[in-house]
Amino acid sequence: MTQPRGCWNRSLPTMVLVLLGLLCWGSGVWAQGLQPLPDAPKIESGDTAWVLASTALVLAMVVPGLALFYGGQVRSKNVLGTMLHSLVILCLVSAIWVLFGYSLAFAPDKGGVVGGLDWVGLSGVGVDPYPKYGPTIPHQAFMLFQLMLAAFTPALIAGAFAERIRFSALLLFVALWSMFIYSPLAHWIWGGGWLGKMGVLDFAGGAVVHISSGAAGLACALALGHRRGYRTDYMAPHNLSLTLLGTGLLWFGWFGFNGGSARGANAVAIGAIVATHIAAATSALTWMVVEWMHRGKPTLLGMASGAVAGMATVTAGAGYVGPMGAVLFGLAGGALCYGAIVWKGKIGYDDALDVVGLHAVGGIIGMLATGLLASKGVNAAGADGLLFGNPAQFWTQAVAVCVTALFSFAGSYLILKMVDGLIGLRVSPEEETTGLDLSQHNERAYS
Amino acid sequence: MKLVEAIIKPFKLDEVKDALLEIGVQGMTVTEVKGFGRQKGHKETYRGTEYTIEFVPKVKLEVAVADSLVPRVIEAITRSAKTGSIGDGKIFVRDLSAAVRIRTGESGETAL
Repeated sequence: MTQPRGCWNRSLPTMVLVLLGLLCWGSGVWAQGLQPLPDAPKIESGDTAWVLASTALVLAMVVPGLALFYGGQVRSKNVLGTMLHSLVILCLVSAIWVLFGYSLAFAPDKGGVVGGLDWVGLSGVGVDPYPKYGPTIPHQAFMLFQLMLAAFTPALIAGAFAERIRFSALLLFVALWSMFIYSPLAHWIWGGGWLGKMGVLDFAGGAVVHISSGAAGLACALALGHRRGYRTDYMAPHNLSLTLLGTGLLWFGWFGFNGGSARGANAVAIGAIVATHIAAATSALTWMVVEWMHRGKPTLLGMASGAVAGMATVTAGAGYVGPMGAVLFGLAGGALCYGAIVWKGKIGYDDALDVVGLHAVGGIIGMLATGLLASKGVNAAGADGLLFGNPAQFWTQAVAVCVTALFSFAGSYLILKMVDGLIGLRVSPEEETTGLDLSQHNERAYS
Repeated sequence: MKLVEAIIKPFKLDEVKDALLEIGVQGMTVTEVKGFGRQKGHKETYRGTEYTIEFVPKVKLEVAVADSLVPRVIEAITRSAKTGSIGDGKIFVRDLSAAVRIRTGESGETAL
């Protein structure tokens, strides 16, 4: 592990201030976007209200949803550090999204690879609808909704590097990851890039959010190495009641995550929410049954994980499949994610909170299942899957799975190695034994 | 005088206490302890990760009694702490060379 470089560590707060300064500059440009054009498409108040509510729902998934879900699963000496990861990622990605991220992901396409710099600092992103991203909602509503997805994704990765990452290294990693991995991926699939042009279906982020964070999680687990005392020390979750609270908030917010991806209060949104709820419940039950048979006891952490696995699985297909399709998503998600987590125990990389097992595996199953079960009868804007007479869709989905997983894994690994060389990824052994709360933040959760 | 030490299952404490009071024991000291015997520990599984908990929570009960009472104390504890399954615990008896009641200064069996 590389020696920590104190000067880099100390110059990081300055870098954050510079970022905020740029943000203020950006907001000057942003004010110009507020002038409505004379022939603007009509804003529908119902659609706008739903997308705004969805935005707030997804916010609650990051803080406090993920903060609680993850915070409960770490040891008591790391709970504040882990919860702070969610909060700081939310804030950092918000700033980056407004400066560059949104433009790189969603601005008019450059060669199918990335969005241009036209919307840097939200220049030209006003209240008028941008028809491609929702003809009936203000462009800024779409931007803010997408900001929450962009913040949620790296917050998921935090489960893989939990209990051992240096705080400053996390900031640098997330900033680079958001700009160079998330934004291009979002562009490829949603922003008019090459995968979207191929006809890839990813309703709310099975690939963009879940496979990408899961593959990055694997890179983190490998680049950081396992926690000290992994497999010898007692590392059981310190408070699973927090984890259950977090699970409930994730579930609650997921209605906005998937429902809001319909970009309006319409039939597709209803279908997406119905599918989300059914998949979550079925997957939790499936996990419960499989674990009960395999280990002899049904567990709270198991059912909570099953619910999250089901929602990660259904995210890709939520707006494209019917209720019975969602049951299949739930069954497959619960059973296969459980299998992945048992399998992890045999391989031995330390993905502390199972980002790979829940999100990479769930996302992959979801993307492929969408290629089987999608139906134009549910969403005319989608496509038919293999079971509805269109086998090509399945292969398109498989391409998206491979591309997303490889791109995110390789890109993340590269960024991690760079951050390691620059700052050092891990806290010192002494700091790790003390815990992140005291060693990184001079605070403790339970005094 | 003897000091009878019993390591028992925590949920049996009330029954053991009542059984001891019934045969005329006046007081006792109780400590929460951890340990294992032939029972060994138990396993906890958190989403696929298994931890073996070697030290199982137990209660240690100490009673100082006159020699004459020892067989009945042992019988009472054995009867009331027994579940018949593994991990019921153990009883140790050791000699007690002195006992003093602090309030009055009495010593020996009268101090018990």
